Amino acid sequence: MPDKKAKKSWSLLTRSSPLPGVRLSMAFTLIYLTVIVLIPLTAILLHGARLGFSGFLHTVTAPRVMASYRVTLGSAAVASLLSALFGLLLAWVLARYSFPGKRIVDALVDLPFALPTAVAGISLTALYAESGWIGRYLEPRGIHVAFTPLGIVMAMSFVGFPFVVRSVQPVLEDLDPAMEEAAASLGANVWQRFIRVIAPVAFPALLTGTALAFARAAGEYGSVIFIAGNMPMKTEITALLIVTKLEEFDYTGAAAIAGAMLALSFMIMLVVNLTQWWVQRREGKRV
Amino acid sequence: MSGRREHASSALLQPSMQQRVGRVVLIAAALLFLAGFLVLPVAAVFAQAFSQGWAMYRDSIRQEDVLSALRLTGLVACIAVPLNMLFGISASWAITRFDFHGKSLLITLIDIPLAVSPVVAGMMYVEVFGLHGWLGPWLSDHNFHVIFAVPGIVLATIFVTFPFVARELIPFMQAQGSDEEVAAVVLGANGWSVFWRVTLPNIKWALLYGTILAASRSIGEFGAVSVVSGHIRGQTTTLPLEVEMLYNEYSFTAAFAAATLLTLAAIVTLVLKKIIEATSGVHQQIEEKEAKS
Repeated sequence: MPDKKAKKSWSLLTRSSPLPGVRLSMAFTLIYLTVIVLIPLTAILLHGARLGFSGFLHTVTAPRVMASYRVTLGSAAVASLLSALFGLLLAWVLARYSFPGKRIVDALVDLPFALPTAVAGISLTALYAESGWIGRYLEPRGIHVAFTPLGIVMAMSFVGFPFVVRSVQPVLEDLDPAMEEAAASLGANVWQRFIRVIAPVAFPALLTGTALAFARAAGEYGSVIFIAGNMPMKTEITALLIVTKLEEFDYTGAAAIAGAMLALSFMIMLVVNLTQWWVQRREGKRV
Repeated sequence: MSGRREHASSALLQPSMQQRVGRVVLIAAALLFLAGFLVLPVAAVFAQAFSQGWAMYRDSIRQEDVLSALRLTGLVACIAVPLNMLFGISASWAITRFDFHGKSLLITLIDIPLAVSPVVAGMMYVEVFGLHGWLGPWLSDHNFHVIFAVPGIVLATIFVTFPFVARELIPFMQAQGSDEEVAAVVLGANGWSVFWRVTLPNIKWALLYGTILAASRSIGEFGAVSVVSGHIRGQTTTLPLEVEMLYNEYSFTAAFAAATLLTLAAIVTLVLKKIIEATSGVHQQIEEKEAKS
């Protein structure tokens, strides 16, 4: 039986399985992942490392780069707070209430995932520009959205809030009404039920969704660059700065900044994974 | 995803007058937010595209550059999406059917493209295949170009879309379990017939769902493709890049006209997703099986 032999020689396997294809599927998966993700990722990190520690630090903390972090992270923070707020509202309404057109609303929430970012970018710019449908009412009142940090926040919120809805909505839908009934029978009012019963269950999902929205916002490029105005030191996001460095053939500088952005991405992934692990452990204890 | 549990059923949770008002206010706020934040931008795309009349719109989307961008977008999706389907099936088979060390690390690695900025994603391939990169000089000697050419666009698109199929299939196949496949093997079926006759029919809806998500993203990808494309008109511009170039040339009507094609693709995606959810109950199946276990 050559098949059996193959399974034994696969040392990673912790339990044998009667099913075929372990070597083929593992090999294809790992090779694909290595070629598409791991080698290119290593290339960028090694190129950034070529600067040496002090050179790297000097590049990623240059004034223009620091200003781009402030713009990117500041806007992403505001945008993810807005995403959390409106995402929670939509998740609540979709999970708890029934109303005409609910299925359309539910489908529409995914629009920012499906709409190409460049289209979102030019369309938001058209809306908030001086002559736009929304801009013409805001500009006379002194509220400038297009080509200011506020515009960046709008674009980042647009791409970010569906993450919150899709994280929180299933948790709210699965919440056992018996828990709320018990709380109500013990005399808890609406707010107490929300704070004591619903919030503790929904909070990890809200945290995950907001972290995903923040990650997306911090890395966002397409929808932001049209509305941002892209003034160095003022409305230039980090992703655009990388593109600018590439266009100036400063590959090493671009790799260093990309390394800094990757570090941020991995930190957010860690937060999300830790949250999920924490929830699983907590639920495990309860059962 | 409409209310699986009836929350208003209990007498204890009967809403008071105050709560009913609160409900109406919340629904109104949500609808207002969606109208202003999602519907208005879509409406603006069409309004801008048709602002110079139908004839102008027709001429804009019939331009040779737009048509060739459309062809390239289609070509890239036709290469990237099937490859990612293969990867998704292979990864989820390995992850859900076998126990091995480092499984959770593998699942985390599959999520990387969702966390990485598209610009950084595109740049990774410049580092490997660009003229200053690892393989660039050698490839250039052999007159094969990846960066500022179609292969680079395909690679960048594969990167940003490869988690979608795998992420749909992994929870689905996990929930489904391997009993049927084991039974088929015990009865003497070989690997491929197990896959074609048992696995594929079981996962077809989840596979289709993930494929639609991947296709939609690959049609619309901008940042990653923008870094590796070089923006050569008629050769390396995909439709989203063509929209950007027209816009930056102040050909606003033409840019929005091309954007309507992408917007329609997005709307079709949303409709297809809803249809699949409704007819197959992909997501319900996962939850029911999780509830049972």
